[in-house]
Amino acid sequence: MINSFLRYTVIFVVIVLVQVVLLDNLQISRYAVPFLYILFLLVLPFETPGWLLLLLAFLLGFTIDLFEHTLGLHTSATLFTAWLRPGVLRLIAPRDGYTPNTRPGIADYGTGWFLRYTVPLTLAHHLFLFYFEAFSFHHFFNTLARALVSSAFTLGLMLLSQLFVIKNRRE
Amino acid sequence: MRNLLNLIYRYHFSLLFLLLETVAVSMGVRYNLYQKAKFVGFTENIAAFFNESVSSFTDYFHLVETNRRLSLENTMLRNQLQRVYRSDELFFFSEHDTIHRQKYFFTSARVISNTVTRMHNYLTLDKGRDQGIEPDMGVICPEGIVGVTTGVTGNFTSVLSVLNLNFHVSAKLKKNDYFGTISWDGQDYRTVILSEIPYHVDVSPGDTVVTSGYSSLFPEGIPIGTVIEAHVENGNFYHIRVRLFTDFRHLTYVDVIRNLQKEEQQKLRQE
Repeated sequence: MINSFLRYTVIFVVIVLVQVVLLDNLQISRYAVPFLYILFLLVLPFETPGWLLLLLAFLLGFTIDLFEHTLGLHTSATLFTAWLRPGVLRLIAPRDGYTPNTRPGIADYGTGWFLRYTVPLTLAHHLFLFYFEAFSFHHFFNTLARALVSSAFTLGLMLLSQLFVIKNRRE
Repeated sequence: MRNLLNLIYRYHFSLLFLLLETVAVSMGVRYNLYQKAKFVGFTENIAAFFNESVSSFTDYFHLVETNRRLSLENTMLRNQLQRVYRSDELFFFSEHDTIHRQKYFFTSARVISNTVTRMHNYLTLDKGRDQGIEPDMGVICPEGIVGVTTGVTGNFTSVLSVLNLNFHVSAKLKKNDYFGTISWDGQDYRTVILSEIPYHVDVSPGDTVVTSGYSSLFPEGIPIGTVIEAHVENGNFYHIRVRLFTDFRHLTYVDVIRNLQKEEQQKLRQE
């Protein structure tokens, strides 16, 4: 219990630092802003109770908001993603459910499953975030393009992060 | 009662979500509708501290470019100095005339964080209240305007960038002094929109746009950009796209403007 508390605290800190120190300063194109930080929500154990998931989402979003000089934008988008997570997990569950002591990731469930898990949630998060940020449908397609390109970028980084996890386990 | 508790227990996940989401969305809406609530405090300091560490490292990558710009600016300033000394008239004014006293005072600051990809972009500067910076001061760089200070802590300042949907500033066409408003439409970090110029005014691509000096934030004549294209919208006013002189991707040093007569100016306006 204490062990996993420590483990996820470290993951939280690392992911937030990667987001605000690295990704926010990485300006590849004016369209692409990867928001990798939601990976923290996605890698939480299957058994995480719903209330804890939502509270952690609030904490995560609020932390990012502080660094991004926004207020409420990331918090609301992250909460929305957290709310969708149990539903998505149920939809894509393997026939005999999730085995205890496994974690959501490529290492335990394969790339196909991982994509079915991350693509809808990342899209939901980014679309919510970008439209809320624009605060109108005035430049509908411009905002859509920004959200889609950023999602692709975020997903690419999520896949990369999984390579890191697998390697870690074999050692 | 028991049923109600059962119901709450059954849907506690979605109910908690709705509760938290309401809080978050109302914060977000308030943030979107009004200028960034002057929400700067302890936490902002932590964020600024991180950004400063990162920036002190990444600054090295821009050293060549920064040096080139500084040397260009030096040359420009030296030229201006020459002109001032040669003009007997100006020299005379500064010696004897109390009316032509200094109106603006500049403070140099370093940019420690900056974005261009959001709809509401902000910069953070490494100077704050202890160095004499206050909210609502103009910020410029050698090329042109940058933004307006909003929140100030002891040693840091956050600046509302020109590239922010909430930013508006009075501007005019340099050649004929017709004035309008500069704002950003969130499309491209290199261009802004000049509106409220009446349709009968002669506007053509290449015209220079500068600050009007009607707001107490910026002195008159600070460069903003050049007109790329202009067309009349809704019959009465031009919709003019202006290419910014300021390159927001390469901002390292900026100047914060203190208007020494600001209070006097605002007092008069209120009366």
